[in-house]
Amino acid sequence: MIIDRSHPGVTTEPAVEVHDCTVAYDRRPVLWDVDLLLPPRRLIAIVGPNGAGKSTLLKAILGLVPLASGKVEVFGKPLRQARHLVGYVPQRESVDWDFPVSALDVVLMGRYGRLGWVRRPGSADRRAAREALEKVGMSACADRQISQLSGGQQQRVFLARALAQDASLYFMDEPFAGVDAATEKAMVTVLRGLREGGRTVVAVHHDLQTVPEYFDHVVLLNMRLVAAGPVGEAFTPANLHKTYGGRLTILDEAAEAVRRARG
Amino acid sequence: MWDDVVRLLTLQDANTRVVLIGAGLLGLAAGVVGSFAVLRRRALVGDAVAHAALPGIGLAFFVVGERDFGAFLLGALVMGAACAGLISLVRAYTRVKEDAAIAVAVGGFFGLGIVLSRLAQNSPEGNKAGLDGFIYGKAASMIASDARLIAWVAGGALLGVALLYKELKVLSFDRDFAQAQGWPTLALDLLVMGLICVVTVAGLPAVGIVLIVALLVIPPAAARFWTDRLGTMLVLAGAIGLGAGVLGTAVSATAPVPAGMLSRGWPTGPAIVLCAGAAFLASLLAAPRRGVVAGALRRVGLRRRIQLQNLLRAMHEAAEGSPGALFEPGVELMLERGWSPSRVRAVVRRARRAGLVEPPGADDPGRGPLRLTEAGARAAASVVRAHRQWELFLIEHADIAPDHVDRDADQIEHVLPPDLLRTLEERLAASGRATVPVSPHPLPKPAPGAGGTP
Repeated sequence: MIIDRSHPGVTTEPAVEVHDCTVAYDRRPVLWDVDLLLPPRRLIAIVGPNGAGKSTLLKAILGLVPLASGKVEVFGKPLRQARHLVGYVPQRESVDWDFPVSALDVVLMGRYGRLGWVRRPGSADRRAAREALEKVGMSACADRQISQLSGGQQQRVFLARALAQDASLYFMDEPFAGVDAATEKAMVTVLRGLREGGRTVVAVHHDLQTVPEYFDHVVLLNMRLVAAGPVGEAFTPANLHKTYGGRLTILDEAAEAVRRARG
Repeated sequence: MWDDVVRLLTLQDANTRVVLIGAGLLGLAAGVVGSFAVLRRRALVGDAVAHAALPGIGLAFFVVGERDFGAFLLGALVMGAACAGLISLVRAYTRVKEDAAIAVAVGGFFGLGIVLSRLAQNSPEGNKAGLDGFIYGKAASMIASDARLIAWVAGGALLGVALLYKELKVLSFDRDFAQAQGWPTLALDLLVMGLICVVTVAGLPAVGIVLIVALLVIPPAAARFWTDRLGTMLVLAGAIGLGAGVLGTAVSATAPVPAGMLSRGWPTGPAIVLCAGAAFLASLLAAPRRGVVAGALRRVGLRRRIQLQNLLRAMHEAAEGSPGALFEPGVELMLERGWSPSRVRAVVRRARRAGLVEPPGADDPGRGPLRLTEAGARAAASVVRAHRQWELFLIEHADIAPDHVDRDADQIEHVLPPDLLRTLEERLAASGRATVPVSPHPLPKPAPGAGGTP
């Protein structure tokens, strides 16, 4: 078997290793002592109630929010050395969709990482971006200004941008939010294609019913890690009850106390 | 006066040549650099940083003791950074919200700046350095070295933006994504702030502290009306800034001053900003897609189309009820849609002009009954088809009761895009109802007295 060096996911080392991470916003802890190993070549769902710290976990792994303690490794390396292997789909609401760019421009941004400083995207990058748009069924909208796209189309443009990144490991923050059923099916097909290609996808997901259908592996989160593992083992009624059965008022109160004490 | 303007714009006078070139290049650089502040929604932070430049310059003057661009720039950068830092600290560690934090910083730093420049002015060197001119600006007193400096700054800023176009683009659109991709977003943010500071300091002598902000924000805001592309927007913002700089200088230098007023002539900085403001106003009103006038015209056009289609549909449905009958628009539409007589007349007039309806007799003034022309019958059939397709879709796929769909379909049938209609049509064809489907709900009975045979 040929080992593709650009996609270390084909080896068996964990795609992500989160070691004893605590994250605080405004000095208020939102994630406590998370220990997590995510296997490669899987579609992995992160589920949990609102305010459970799902997006925060993604952002902590990506280095977008500082860790109060702990460390993160991606394919056995510190993130700094593995950034080129990582793709990201932020929440759709996190950007200004009235920004003066076309759908193709946004997808091209996926290529910026490999270009390095100053160099502009060339015809090869344009081709890759158009192919990515094609894969999500958005070729017809390539030249449209992004505010003229529907919510589902915007989400697909974000997915296409991630495809254009050609990463080994993808983090997606609610990729199916505000997407119609047909689009969701099409996007799941794309995600499965990524898995066939040896990539790993970690997605914050809201619809518990579709977890077993879409994903192989699940992470249940509610301010601390409740359970993680293959869907068959971890996605149990008992674990779901632990995750969703009311907020952990003790953690909540402790977090509030920490905030007050330090604020 | 026109002679003066021509003389000025053809750069015949060495002095005004300097001022024109300086003000134009300043506008150009401010427009391009300011675009990123506006797009990152940092226009107010830019405002605060620019105001913080004044105390920075005052302090630098006390340290260096003369007018020195390098020292002034350093002072402005330090104070600008202090101001931006203060804003984010206050926001992060207190309950003060960002807008209030910015207002506090702007006022505080500006007040400090005025105090410092007053103090500086009392020293003989300070008076020479013209620090008081930094508040309102004195473009007319610009000398060749000032203009040269502006040229260097503008060149540097444009080169920086051209080289880092892609980096600034992804930073401005999606900062988290840029950071996840490995770009040093904090450094790039600081670079944008630094560019704003450099343009501010270079522009202070000409435009003044209060108005340099306007030059950073107005041209990009105006440019945004005309384009949906970042590159085009940067070019337009630069061009609007350049035009405002040149035109404002020309106007303030040549417009006649009313006798006994304005002993120092028209102020140049405000004239430049007013020109930029005029460009903004013109863009706001006249821009083709995003402009106010275009929007209003679009809405009027849509309303007229809807009214016309409502007339056609009413006539089609009346004809379905009693074939061959004439249609009394006044009676039918006033009763069913609550239209006023004058609106009915206006809609009928437009429909006649479009050749869609006609009175039964050639010499009829058109206040009475109507019938559809051939073209009108075709148009009416397609309107009714769209309406009923949508109704059927609502009933079959959205589980809406048949007696509720009329109102829903009424709103939406006029705006359905053709490709969606085609999809609906394919579904109908698949179920064997390709032509105008029969209304899925009972049609209103023709109003008594309406219709009648020809």
